[in-house]
Amino acid sequence: MTQYSYFPGCSMSSTGLTYKLSIDYVCGKIGLSLHEIPGWNCCGATCAHSKSRLTALALTARNLALAEREGLHLDVAVACASCYSRMKHTVYEARRDETVRRQLEDIIEMPYRAEADVLSFLDIFAQPEVMRACKEKMYRCLKGLRVACYYGCLTARPVEVTEASSTEEPMEMDRIVELTGATAVDWAFKTECCGASHQVDAPKQARPLLDRIYQNAVANGAQAIVTACPLCNLNLDMREAEREAAAGRKWGLPVYQFTQLLALCMGASAKEAGLPKHYYPALGLMEQYLKKEV
Amino acid sequence: MSRIGVFVCHCGTNIAGTVDVARVAAEMAKQPGVVYSTDYKYMCSEPGQSMVKEKIEEYDLDRIVICSCTPRMHEATFRKMLKDTRVDPYMLEIANLREQCAWVHQDRERATEKAIDLARMAVAKVGRDKPLTTSTIPIHKRALVIGGGIAGIQAALDIADCGYEVDLLEREPSIGGHMVMLDKTFPTLDCSACISTPKMVEAGAHPNIRLKTYCELEHISGYVGNFEVTIRQKARYVNHDICTGCGLCETKCPTKVASEFNQGIGVRSAIYKPFAQAVPAKPVIDAEHCRKLQSGKCGVCAAVCPLKAINFEDQETTFTETYGAIVVSTGYQLIEWQKLYPEYGAGRYPDVISGLQFERLVNASGPTEGHITRPSDGTVPKDIVIVKCVGSRDPKKGKPYCSRACCMYAAKHAHQLLEKIPGCNVYIFYMDVRTPGKGYEEFYDRTRKDGAAYIRGRVSKIYQEGRRLVCKGEDTLLGKPVAVEADMVILETAMVPTDGIEEIVHKLGISMDADGWVQEAHPKLRPVETQTAGVFLAGTCQGPKDIPDTVAQASAAAVKVAALFSRDEMETSPMISHVNQSKCCGCGHCVACCPYKAISLEEIDDRYDGKRVKRMAAQVNSGLCQGCGCCTAACRTGAIDLHGFTNDQILREVDALCQ
Repeated sequence: MTQYSYFPGCSMSSTGLTYKLSIDYVCGKIGLSLHEIPGWNCCGATCAHSKSRLTALALTARNLALAEREGLHLDVAVACASCYSRMKHTVYEARRDETVRRQLEDIIEMPYRAEADVLSFLDIFAQPEVMRACKEKMYRCLKGLRVACYYGCLTARPVEVTEASSTEEPMEMDRIVELTGATAVDWAFKTECCGASHQVDAPKQARPLLDRIYQNAVANGAQAIVTACPLCNLNLDMREAEREAAAGRKWGLPVYQFTQLLALCMGASAKEAGLPKHYYPALGLMEQYLKKEV
Repeated sequence: MSRIGVFVCHCGTNIAGTVDVARVAAEMAKQPGVVYSTDYKYMCSEPGQSMVKEKIEEYDLDRIVICSCTPRMHEATFRKMLKDTRVDPYMLEIANLREQCAWVHQDRERATEKAIDLARMAVAKVGRDKPLTTSTIPIHKRALVIGGGIAGIQAALDIADCGYEVDLLEREPSIGGHMVMLDKTFPTLDCSACISTPKMVEAGAHPNIRLKTYCELEHISGYVGNFEVTIRQKARYVNHDICTGCGLCETKCPTKVASEFNQGIGVRSAIYKPFAQAVPAKPVIDAEHCRKLQSGKCGVCAAVCPLKAINFEDQETTFTETYGAIVVSTGYQLIEWQKLYPEYGAGRYPDVISGLQFERLVNASGPTEGHITRPSDGTVPKDIVIVKCVGSRDPKKGKPYCSRACCMYAAKHAHQLLEKIPGCNVYIFYMDVRTPGKGYEEFYDRTRKDGAAYIRGRVSKIYQEGRRLVCKGEDTLLGKPVAVEADMVILETAMVPTDGIEEIVHKLGISMDADGWVQEAHPKLRPVETQTAGVFLAGTCQGPKDIPDTVAQASAAAVKVAALFSRDEMETSPMISHVNQSKCCGCGHCVACCPYKAISLEEIDDRYDGKRVKRMAAQVNSGLCQGCGCCTAACRTGAIDLHGFTNDQILREVDALCQ
């Protein structure tokens, strides 16, 4: 199987633990190796680019340059949608404008050729050979389960940077999730904003964004939401109970990472897939649907 | 020695305000060959022209320089004036001191110096002017109108009423265009079909009009007065000479396909008339969907036809006609919003419809017989959202321009909804409300009083939740995001040029603007003409407009055609290219670069090394040449020159400038 340079970002050992556990499990199963970039630094997230464009680009350029220095000539896998967006911006700007690329080299005091592509785990798992490899390792399925695949906004927009297949109706995660036998419902909030870090600094404005997502998922018959980003996952998972209390209604949507569903179908235990780490009860639904493939 | 007169115009303060005209006149008096120089307030006025004529007599002038506005404005005026004098009308040069000097500069001193330079160039050039003689070409008095919408119908009727013959070309099986699809017209709420079908019938029955429906333009050559046009008649599979249009075949045809006329709401048969009042009122077979033509099995229509008018062996035919003038009235289509607006569902939600689909829904002869119901489930919508500027005024997604008719169109839709569905709620998302037209603002006002809720802002997303649609947007007056639930959403989509317009424009040798609208010769003063003589414009092919403007423009184009046809022959401009064939090497660069296809290579007899030889040399068709001068720049041997703009004259201008 293929290999990638790997930028875990700050969330993978904390809030994104369920993503990390399941990625590690699935990659181990299908033999996809990830080479963590040695000495990586923060991607700058939302703060850096709101203050200085060049600082924001340089922060991720350093990570990409470190990956290049390894000499493995691998594309870079990124777990978090925000890290992904920042890194895509850097590659886009550096490839588009030679002056920017040289400026970045000056700032980070390292050569940076902008050769490697940046891929999210959705990009990686949507490749036909990876999907085939996953399917081969699955002996359990989630037949009958209906899920809403939530892509978030940063993997989609701005489209000239992300090169996303569609800003409104992406299908990559839907296809991956359907490997498990689950049904990906057609719904309208695949790429709407989850509020991201504004759930912390502007909760009054940001919380209703979550409500619309739950609401539309339920209205379209979903029993769970599936994500591909530690922060989207955290926002939706951690705050659902609170929003249910505020709205006086129950949505009852556990929030999984798509890799958790893959891992479970490949034989991961609940613990290995990180199910006990969820805020909103996530075990029951899996117990109900996960069964041996017939 | 030439005797030049220079006349410097003040143009009120237009020129004199920035340029010291007296000084220009004084400087010109010193130029070699100039025997008289003066300035005057309005040279184009009657006293101004009289003065020029007097001075010609008094000073025995043989050539004239007028320093005034652009030659596009008054060159023709002064040429006409010279016709009554001893001076040849082509021994005239205009120095443009207004558009190219006074209007674009502020510094009086430097503007005056530039004006002197410009005048000096004109004096240098006029010294080398030669008398030119015009020739005439005969005019073939039959017009071709391309496109049978309301613009084409109106233009054809007006030309025909002047007594000239017209062929009305239409690619669809019936004339009528978009207007006949509309239910009511704003602001008077006239029934659109009721006012347009009589015109269709009139066009169909007019002794001077021949309908060429279900035809495509194949090839055009020739020039004003003498266009050779090849037209392809598509196979109808129905002999229209026999068919009475009884319609029996349509009722028995087993194949049903989405009706283009009803915008995909409702069906038609494979043998069909687009709509009940079609002109001609006879069907054609849509070969792509006909079972007999596709698989050989069926033939029900032929079996039931009492007159045996069906002919499955029918083939397309081509024919060539000569026309003196062409009117382009190819119309518009709606922007393909499904491709541009995934955030509005990209066509996945059946109850998100275009304004034209709504026209068919609300029309009594439409698929629902005028009952406004949701395409998804046939229920009557209670809450309706209308979104304006879908694709218009949106350079990032659609087109930068305003489509002009949609504001009124939206108000009309709101009015119809409020009238036909008592108690319904209509919300209109808008950027601005533009109502420049007679009775338009009053109509909009009335719609608001009827109860339409105007929300200033754009819709960012439309999605379905259960049976309802949700429109998320912003109310920019409140500065707040809003979400409006609706049962039906109507998108007022942008007008774009019709499919295939590039091909037609290319064949006619006319031009388009960046958005694909056909370019008029002058946006203010020649709005229905094109850069190609004898080709005129009518309706929305030139840019978005509503019905009154379209009809007015169509009549204007018809007058232009009639004016052309009122003469038996026409004068051609003598300022065209000519080839010195003894210098021509036959390389053909001029042939390749001529935008009017006016130059060709011909075999000529020559002598070489004491022997008679045959070789190729360029020749110019004086009827086609528009005097653009491309060929003179491309000619390697200097064999081609342009009368009135010779290489020698241009070099003299350059010398004068560099003095």
